[in-house]
Amino acid sequence: MKTLIQGGNVVLKDRIEKCDVLIEDGIITGIGSGLEGDEVIRASGKTVIPGIIDMHVHLREPGFEGKEDIASGSLAAVAGGVTQVCCMPNTDPVCDNAVVVNYIINRAKQVDLCKVRPIGAITRGEQGESLADIGKMAQAGIVAISDDGRSVMNSNIMRLAMEYASDFGLKCLCHCEDKTLVDGGVVNEGYNSTLCGLKGQLRAVEDIMICRDICLSRSLDIPVHICHVSTYSGVDIIRAAKADGVKVTAETCPHYFALTDDIITSFDTYTKVSPPVREERDRLAVIEGLKDGTIDCIVTDHAPHSKKDKEVEYNLAAFGMSGIETSFAVSYTYLVKTGALTLPELMRKMSYEPAKVLGLEGGEICEGGVADIAIVDLDADYVVDGEKFLSKGKNTPFNGCRVWGKVLKTLVDGKVKFDAEKL
Amino acid sequence: MFKSKDLLGLLHVSAEEISETLNLAHEYKLKIKAGQKKFSDLSGKTLVTLFYENSTRTRTSFELAGKYLGAHEVNISASSSSVQKGESLIDTGKTLAALGTDFIAIRHPMAGAPHLLAKTVGVSVLNGGDGMNEHPTQALLDMLTMHETFGSLKGLKVAILGDIKHSRVAKSNLFGLSKMGAEVWVYAPRTLMPVGFDALGAHIARSREEAIAGANVVMGLRIQLERQSGGLFPSLSEYSRFYGVKDDMLSIAAKGAIIMHPGPVNRGIELTPSLIDGADSRIEDQVTSGLCVRMAALRLIAEYREKNGL
Repeated sequence: MKTLIQGGNVVLKDRIEKCDVLIEDGIITGIGSGLEGDEVIRASGKTVIPGIIDMHVHLREPGFEGKEDIASGSLAAVAGGVTQVCCMPNTDPVCDNAVVVNYIINRAKQVDLCKVRPIGAITRGEQGESLADIGKMAQAGIVAISDDGRSVMNSNIMRLAMEYASDFGLKCLCHCEDKTLVDGGVVNEGYNSTLCGLKGQLRAVEDIMICRDICLSRSLDIPVHICHVSTYSGVDIIRAAKADGVKVTAETCPHYFALTDDIITSFDTYTKVSPPVREERDRLAVIEGLKDGTIDCIVTDHAPHSKKDKEVEYNLAAFGMSGIETSFAVSYTYLVKTGALTLPELMRKMSYEPAKVLGLEGGEICEGGVADIAIVDLDADYVVDGEKFLSKGKNTPFNGCRVWGKVLKTLVDGKVKFDAEKL
Repeated sequence: MFKSKDLLGLLHVSAEEISETLNLAHEYKLKIKAGQKKFSDLSGKTLVTLFYENSTRTRTSFELAGKYLGAHEVNISASSSSVQKGESLIDTGKTLAALGTDFIAIRHPMAGAPHLLAKTVGVSVLNGGDGMNEHPTQALLDMLTMHETFGSLKGLKVAILGDIKHSRVAKSNLFGLSKMGAEVWVYAPRTLMPVGFDALGAHIARSREEAIAGANVVMGLRIQLERQSGGLFPSLSEYSRFYGVKDDMLSIAAKGAIIMHPGPVNRGIELTPSLIDGADSRIEDQVTSGLCVRMAALRLIAEYREKNGL
């Protein structure tokens, strides 16, 4: 069957063109005008974007199904225009062996919404002590390794992991946090942490480990990827490393370019995240890093939590924000509407570059490419209300914020997996 | 009357509210000094003190404030309650609300805990100290003692020396005193000075002498002994030598300067014994002030509750 997306403003690699997109057997077979299909999706006045590839997501299954599971997380993903997610291994049990990898892949197939690509742990149990079964997990289908949620503090273990993983074509995704320097900090250390008496973390907590992992990458000549960059100084470090030819790539999240730590003074635990949201100077530097290519990717670090984990004292609350349903709208509102990026540039950060970093399919709308596509209405605005999320995690810091860019339909391999009209 | 059902901190309290509290507290103080310990302002109301940290002064004075005003008064310690069984703060608050509690005075080791409680229950919450955030009734009592000594707070130089970083007392005093037109100077080892304290309105002194010179009030802050094991300073003797207030230092303060300390004092560490027990010390008067400002705060919140049908 031929499906035709008709008359939309199609976001191609470097431009937007008003045209049709023809899909056959899950593959894009034509881009142009006057094409014909058996099934027609009218997209006139709407915008057709490559399906978002969110390479940093917590689906929580197995083990923390009260926060999220593969079904609810996948549904939330397609509702956010996301066609492919890479899920972090800090589940229970930890995804540090092929059995858990297989479980996730099989569950995702049953759910059959977005594509789910597991990330394996670097070390057994994410304990930072001995390497996980990286080879067996690679065979089972992981797309990268990470001990996300913490850094591998032992630099020799990290070195060995990078070397061993490179044999299997896998990259390390580095959560950068020097745990000896955190000292109980729960927010950014600065004016606002002093104002409200919450213990702060220095930027150096993150920067030290960014430096360490870049140094390893440079010494070993092995590519490395830095997760969720939040500090202005971290952006500077990565920019300098890239200029020196180090094979480093980096990602950031919507909350780091849309928010500052002014939000913590309400003691709203939905603002608690690791690394913490920082100051205006950091926010602007992250945007600058996105503009000049220092930061390659935008991811969500979607970290759903149950009410029980959040409706407690700030210090006791879990770190993390539920973000997969709002990532496109927040990014469009704070980056494209402000003129920082063009829409094609934004979609490269949200789709093409993540695919390139991890060697995944998809990432652009092109003939011969997989038909992972979302249709959005850029003129439709709405006020974020986490209680309406399809994710089990209602913990968004964007509650009450007006954003533009509503996801109307999401197609995975050419099949409609989300339709806003049918909600 | 307060403009809110709760007293969570002085950050959002106006100069008018502070003045009203101090005036009322002063009236109570005169009556108590005259021997009156029985009032009916809170008769029929219930006050619960919910303390997740140890305390002598704050807890006892909240308790007595409630009793003197005629309220029913119950004390809950985290160590002897359902909190030990893992009950959440919100559930504890809901339980107390269901028992008909009107006021909860809470002390908690974590910043924002009273705010969480206040948001969840209709009970009025009085913050008796939350982590490194605020301790509003302590600052009010300090201001009462200063106001009674000098007749006004406007133009006073208040020097606060000690562990500023972990001190909710310093912060509430900074907020309150700044609003009342006083100048707050702070001095601490760099490891105990929080970032951005100048942006909050404090003057950061570069030496003990700079802080104390011309000061009307010299306030020492308690140094928690566990800070030493945390590596924030090398030893108590070193702390005392470089950061303690010594007898001869008062000579550079303003004429008639007073010595204050929120207590409990580590004698000979923050302040010398002769300063603590000397004629310029107001440390005992601070305790009496504490009782009176808590009575005043309870009464003003009760008025708010009555007016708003709570």
